[in-house]
Amino acid sequence: MTDQGYTAAKAEHPAYEGDTIWTEQEPLIDRIPRWLAMTGLMVLILGIWFGLTATGLVSPIILPGPGETWDDIVFVGRNMVTGGYVLEAMWTTSRTVLYAFAQATTLGFSLGVLVGETKFGERAVMPYLVAIDTMPKVAFAPLFIAWLGFGISSKVALATFIATFPIVVSTAAGLYAASENERMLFKSIGATRMQTLLRLKLPTGLPYFFTGLKIAAVGVMAGAITGEFLGGGEGVGALIRVSASQLNTPRVFSLIIYLSFLGLALFLMVVWLERTLVFWRKSDKPSGMG
Amino acid sequence: MSQVVKMDSRREGPAVTRPVYQIERMSKSFGAFRALQGVNLTLNKGEFGAVIGSSGCGKSTLLKIMAGLMPPSSGRVVLAGKPVLGPRRDIGMMFQQATLLPWKTTLENVLLPIEIRDGKGAARAAAGRARDLLELVGIGRAEKVYPGELSGGMAQRASICRMLISEPEVLLLDEPFSALDELTRDFMNMELQRICLERHATAFLVTHSIPEAVILADRIYIMQANPGHVAEIVDIDLPRPRNLDMINTPKFGEIVHYIREKLGQEAFGT
Ligand SMILES: Nc1ncnc2c1ncn2[C@@H]1O[C@H](COP(=O)(O)OP(=O)(O)OP(=O)(O)O)[C@@H](O)[C@H]1O
Ligand SMILES: [Mg+2]
Repeated sequence: MTDQGYTAAKAEHPAYEGDTIWTEQEPLIDRIPRWLAMTGLMVLILGIWFGLTATGLVSPIILPGPGETWDDIVFVGRNMVTGGYVLEAMWTTSRTVLYAFAQATTLGFSLGVLVGETKFGERAVMPYLVAIDTMPKVAFAPLFIAWLGFGISSKVALATFIATFPIVVSTAAGLYAASENERMLFKSIGATRMQTLLRLKLPTGLPYFFTGLKIAAVGVMAGAITGEFLGGGEGVGALIRVSASQLNTPRVFSLIIYLSFLGLALFLMVVWLERTLVFWRKSDKPSGMG
Repeated sequence: MSQVVKMDSRREGPAVTRPVYQIERMSKSFGAFRALQGVNLTLNKGEFGAVIGSSGCGKSTLLKIMAGLMPPSSGRVVLAGKPVLGPRRDIGMMFQQATLLPWKTTLENVLLPIEIRDGKGAARAAAGRARDLLELVGIGRAEKVYPGELSGGMAQRASICRMLISEPEVLLLDEPFSALDELTRDFMNMELQRICLERHATAFLVTHSIPEAVILADRIYIMQANPGHVAEIVDIDLPRPRNLDMINTPKFGEIVHYIREKLGQEAFGT
């Protein structure tokens, strides 16, 4: 700015200072540190919860108080540490979830490559997958139980069935993700179709694949628990159902909380694997949580 | 202006003036749309050709056919005595974007063509050569870095190395530096000239910039659209090696002016 302009500006606005540094002020609520915000919200929720139950506004059968629930969480935790029946149920559900997740990953990846890489897959297989995917898949549970019985396999089947589709779709989408330029590059250096798939399309599609895996990790939990609700057996789902029928609501709550640890562990495993394998995206914002 | 257009005279330079690339009556249609029609073009060993023309006149299509990335609809495309029937080792191609693979280091990216064609063992054996190339273009220190950490200019330098690693006879360049800022681009163009002179490489460059074409090329092919064809060939008899100061000489200005008029005539249909 010329001297003249500066003088003129100053004359017009007496407070004008050419070199003033100004900083953007964030609103107060955005400046609260994360841990404080989270704790604060938790305290608020617990407070409302306590208020509702302590005043007798809500019957303890419908919603037990925080203290009662905490006692039961401790009780169930003790039971697990000492190798009680909850631990057995946890182990059954974990196995169901892991088997189903492994199967869904294998099946979903294979179908995804078929759909994403071949014309046959894209034209003949994909329409059926889309059609099945729009169905409420939980409705198939009675069928799986009729076919596979009340053991673990019917639950594994249902959970696999639910979790496979997101992996198929995301794998196929990942294979389309390589740019025209990258394909051209591979063509120009004489790459075979297999080389292009393995060295270009699959690595490029890896982040998409992991997005599918994260959705599947959630789906596989839902599938396993639904299967256990409907098909009995020894899992946590069956325990929850029994507890609910006995009006033991605190037990239902604490079982759900321990289940969520299982789901979280699976999810975090996927996130960790993604960070390890898709290392070149490290600087990017991680998708999903974690 | 007549001293500029010398369709008959060959420039001096490399003693050999045998044609390496010959394209005769080549046409390309996409369905009913004729993208290229009756293209004739001869590139001599060690010659630097540049093609310039309005957007959509078929420059990239021509280059892709020359690189064996897509077949012509009719006509002959011959490189070093053999018809081009697909991608070849003696053709190096460079695209507008650097397109480095983000999960490979700079060095691994440079070695990609060797790895794809001859396997990992051959790539390992060629690592020394790749390092020399990186050194040659001035990014030797970035060999272990992933592309995400390279600037645009560094990435394009790496992709030059990737093109050169298989020691191609012909370099095909589709607007290689158009994504770079002007200063970097000028610098990269001079690097390109140096590399081509050093290796006696034959080069063919697609560009939108008239000064860029003039400073680099021995011959400029002016293309016209509908259907795409070579409308005029202009020989540039500026001495080699060229430098950026030549841009300010009257002769350079004359040539640029001449080509601009030619392109303008085409654009306005006179
Ligand atoms: N695969 C294709 N299928 C159909 N038409 C195509 C295809 N590739 C190119 N074309 C058409 O051919 C014409 C020439 O395209 P080309 O990309 O060669 O132009 P260009 O001269 O490189 O343009 P630019 O300077 O914008 O890069 C365009 O009209 C384009 O629409
Ligand atoms: Mg183009």
